[in-house]
Amino acid sequence: MSLLELKDVRKTFGAIEALRGVTFSVEEGSVVGLVGDNGAGKSTLMKTITGVYRPDGGEIRFNGVSLVGKDPGEIREAGIEMIYQDLALARMRDVASNIFLGRELTRNMLGVKLIDTKRMRSEAEAMIGRLGARVKSVTQMTGQLSGGQQQSVAIARALTFNPRLVIMDEPTAALAVREVEHVLDLIRNLKKQRIGVILISHRLTDVFSVCDRIVVLRQGTVIADDATPDTSMNAVVSHIVGATDGPQRGAHP
Amino acid sequence: MTSSTTPAAPASWRARFSGGASVRLESLVVLVVLSAAMALLSNAFLSVSNILNILLSTSVFGVLAIGMTFVISSAGIDLSVGSILALSGVVGAMLTSNLELPWWIGILGCLMTGALTGAVNGFLVTKAAIPPFIVTLGMLGVARGVALVLSDGVSIYGLPFQMVWLGQGRPFGVPVPVIVLLLAALVAHVVLMHTRFGTYAQVIGDNEVAARAMGVRVERMKVLLYTLSGLLSGLAGLLFAARINSGEPTAGLNYELTAITATILGGTNLFGGRGSVVGTLIGALIMGVLQNGLNLMAVRPFYQQIAIGAVLILAVWLDRINSSEGWRR
Repeated sequence: MSLLELKDVRKTFGAIEALRGVTFSVEEGSVVGLVGDNGAGKSTLMKTITGVYRPDGGEIRFNGVSLVGKDPGEIREAGIEMIYQDLALARMRDVASNIFLGRELTRNMLGVKLIDTKRMRSEAEAMIGRLGARVKSVTQMTGQLSGGQQQSVAIARALTFNPRLVIMDEPTAALAVREVEHVLDLIRNLKKQRIGVILISHRLTDVFSVCDRIVVLRQGTVIADDATPDTSMNAVVSHIVGATDGPQRGAHP
Repeated sequence: MTSSTTPAAPASWRARFSGGASVRLESLVVLVVLSAAMALLSNAFLSVSNILNILLSTSVFGVLAIGMTFVISSAGIDLSVGSILALSGVVGAMLTSNLELPWWIGILGCLMTGALTGAVNGFLVTKAAIPPFIVTLGMLGVARGVALVLSDGVSIYGLPFQMVWLGQGRPFGVPVPVIVLLLAALVAHVVLMHTRFGTYAQVIGDNEVAARAMGVRVERMKVLLYTLSGLLSGLAGLLFAARINSGEPTAGLNYELTAITATILGGTNLFGGRGSVVGTLIGALIMGVLQNGLNLMAVRPFYQQIAIGAVLILAVWLDRINSSEGWRR
């Protein structure tokens, strides 16, 4: 049984068919690269998995359990974390409360659940330390951090709650070269821990260096799905742009 | 990433003073300076009875401003608070005075009327996806109209003495509405700063998309926020009716202006993300002192309207000059 199975997932926005039946799966401990041109449906597909959007048709199964109809909180609870391209951070709150956003630690006081800021801060500190992120203090306002530091916060949030699948939407787009290497190492590390990863990226060199499989999305459907050794940069590029003279391999519609 | 262009500001004395609790030191300074000025201009200002008077007149719109703090923190707005206040007071008075039902039904009636009207606001904002400005502007008209229809446009006199005590009682010399305001503020402060509900209210105002993606039930939260604002408007309506011993369909006219001004003066971000109940209390006191001082100096009430409106515009303008956060988006 695959960790994540997508079968004929469909989503329309008014007259626009964003997803026209997407089928692929992610195994435990494997890294799947999801590539495609702007508007191919990558982000829509991911938001459909995380419950931000509700699919109009098809099936999404995680560990054999259907995710269709669950809200984002329940899907995080099931073990899927996503690092959004815009990072999805509350910029007026500190690092610790962003890491615990939606999963605040509480303590009971006279029957009222109060947020345990102290414990959240110390655990956030430990997490940031484990990741080797350069965030000075977890009490800093997130909006005042640099782009790379904000990225670290979003990553720390995704990894704090023992996820089984991590989805990363363009995690390296805004980073300096050295930081990119750091993120790629992190993905390899997740793989070692048997965590599944979906990596969305425009940087094909990154995709080829860490992914076990590469899925190409075009106009809302999977146009290619190959193991990395069985495909090439040229083949993937022609799939992305829709050139017909490229080498054709793997699953086709 | 836009924020990478702004270097992290050094921890200023102001930030250290407020400890991130977002109480604006400026608002405290304004309150002290304003009070000092009033004390110089009028001998009566600093007397105990006058200070209690200020607190008493602050209590009604102070309660409104507490609800407003939650709503504005979530990047919403509630323009209907003054009208809900009137409607709640009328309903409470009708239940007890016209229908001769017991006092506690009158109290419940005020609170329920407020909460229900607020819930309607919340459902329209979420289910019908109408902007809160429009929903609550409409409700400002509807609730006032219903209050006038129900009461036939006249005051409904004669509340049970238990209800009247809530407005006129003075245990240990302190007016009951002042005690109610302080208790409400205390509870609201804990809820806003130390519970998930308060945190999510502010996170929704900060980044609604992120809140939803992280599992916050944004729609449910919004319904609850407008219901809370309505409930507190109902409480304010109860206090108002109790104080004058009548349900008044024209009560609380323009109170939304005062409540919003108090909230913004207190440092709650006009565009959401950050709120402070303590700040709002200070903001409400500024409004109370201003009105009281103008009264003592025998300034005609017409000018007070001008003063309050001007203070709101001035507060937002100063905020714009002072802060970069919040105005960028």
